[in-house]
Amino acid sequence: MVRFENVGLRYGMGTEVLKDISFSVEPQSFQFLTGPSGAGKTTLLRLILMSLKPTRGFISLFGQDASQLTKDDISAIRRRIGVVFQDFRLLDHLTTYENVALPLFVQGQEESTYRPQVVELLRWVGLGEHIHSYPPVLSGGEKQRAAIARALIVQPELLLADEPTGNVDPTLARRLLRLFMELNKSGTSVVIATHDLALMDQFEDARRFVLGDGRLHIYD
Amino acid sequence: MTDASHPEAASPPASDNRLKRSIQAFAQPRLTLIPADSTASRALVIVIAIMTFLATLTGGSAMLIYQASQNWNSAISREMTIQVKPQLGRDIEADVRKAADIARMPGFADIRVFSREESSRLLEPWLGAGLDLSELPVPRLIVLKIDPGGRPDLAALREQLSKQVPNAALDDHHIWLERLSTMSRALVVVAVIILLLVLLAMVLAVAFATRGAMAGSREIIDVLHFVGAPNRFIAAEFQRHFLKLGLRGGLIGGGFALVVFYLAGLLTAWWIASPEASQVEALFGRFALGALGYLTIIVLSGAIALLTAAMSRSVVLRRLRRMN
Repeated sequence: MVRFENVGLRYGMGTEVLKDISFSVEPQSFQFLTGPSGAGKTTLLRLILMSLKPTRGFISLFGQDASQLTKDDISAIRRRIGVVFQDFRLLDHLTTYENVALPLFVQGQEESTYRPQVVELLRWVGLGEHIHSYPPVLSGGEKQRAAIARALIVQPELLLADEPTGNVDPTLARRLLRLFMELNKSGTSVVIATHDLALMDQFEDARRFVLGDGRLHIYD
Repeated sequence: MTDASHPEAASPPASDNRLKRSIQAFAQPRLTLIPADSTASRALVIVIAIMTFLATLTGGSAMLIYQASQNWNSAISREMTIQVKPQLGRDIEADVRKAADIARMPGFADIRVFSREESSRLLEPWLGAGLDLSELPVPRLIVLKIDPGGRPDLAALREQLSKQVPNAALDDHHIWLERLSTMSRALVVVAVIILLLVLLAMVLAVAFATRGAMAGSREIIDVLHFVGAPNRFIAAEFQRHFLKLGLRGGLIGGGFALVVFYLAGLLTAWWIASPEASQVEALFGRFALGALGYLTIIVLSGAIALLTAAMSRSVVLRRLRRMN
């Protein structure tokens, strides 16, 4: 599904922030990506999402050489990936419902076909009372859940989550992890970037990618 | 969560379905991804309204000038004048009668001989009323109305006049016609240049506004990219946003121009009843734009809205390519 071979990344003429990164994400797999702050976890997720180009190495996404992809190909691949950003990235002028429905809207689906699905998911993540609320009035945890719902609504083949439990209490964090695990069981590969050791300990079968000094260590 | 299977990656729409999809997409109520009511949007609506007003005012004025010049041309080209100058030793009354007899040829619908009093009255606007002009060598005029379907033999008429009435001259107004058409063409060209400059200024304003809107919507664009929106989708959102602004600005500016032309028509119609306005009426006609003129203003306003949308789409696509 995702394959990195000797991928390196540097910004401008600086030193490499990621060095010789090689790993693969198999279908229906679950992995945590961890490491100290500034190790490059978010950068690695951005490489998978193709919002950054590597300075060297080979990246394959869904069986396609990333360096050969056109802009339309990249858009099509991104529609198969759900992303949860550390800073949520909800659009303040859209309601919670509209934010969550955004990926389906972008895919050209009609509202009548996805409305029950969106409302059900919002209720599931505990935002049933906030369907018509705008992000500025939501708490950090509620924004986090809305961002997760937006990533899950298309039932992606690959889910990338950057600190998805960073703004929620431990109970909700466990609940969200269960959600990710359920999603994984239904066929979605999951990559969660986190500092939260307790969270990782709750799913010991997951692979652990540890970033340090720009290099990736994999613990199966 | 529902149990729906993974959605397939959407492929670009087939070209034959594109129009249908576009119409459906435009018709259905949808999310407004670009915030509509920002200060910059309101300012742009005002700019577009002013530009539309100026553009339509210029276009309407060009049409009025063109219509007036056409009226002058048709009025003047339907008439000719024989001017008989007094000459020592010649009986001017006999010359006038002879010239009128010569002019009675096929091609002229009517011949009107201006009497001495009528000819003198023509000088009143310059010399004033109440003067005795009997001592002045006032030329006599014979006005020939051309039959709409006829083609008088002007060469023969000139030849006969020069032989039999050497002090008579035929004026077919071609010098006037040439001057009028040159002047009206020049005015129309100037109006078109002003119109193009106004449109250019508006296009530049829209381009800057689009860049500003893109800079202000950077986060929206990023999110749209991350959820898989292709550049053309994002460009279409901006195009829709600017089309709405363009339509709003066009409606205000074009509507105001329509009102101005309508009121100007009413005012001049009322004013033209006064004697001093007759000169203006002679020059500019009735200041009535007509249905075609009003239609032109409406079309021009719509075209400005479309131009706004097309310009913003072009700017967005170009900048998105750079961002990618």
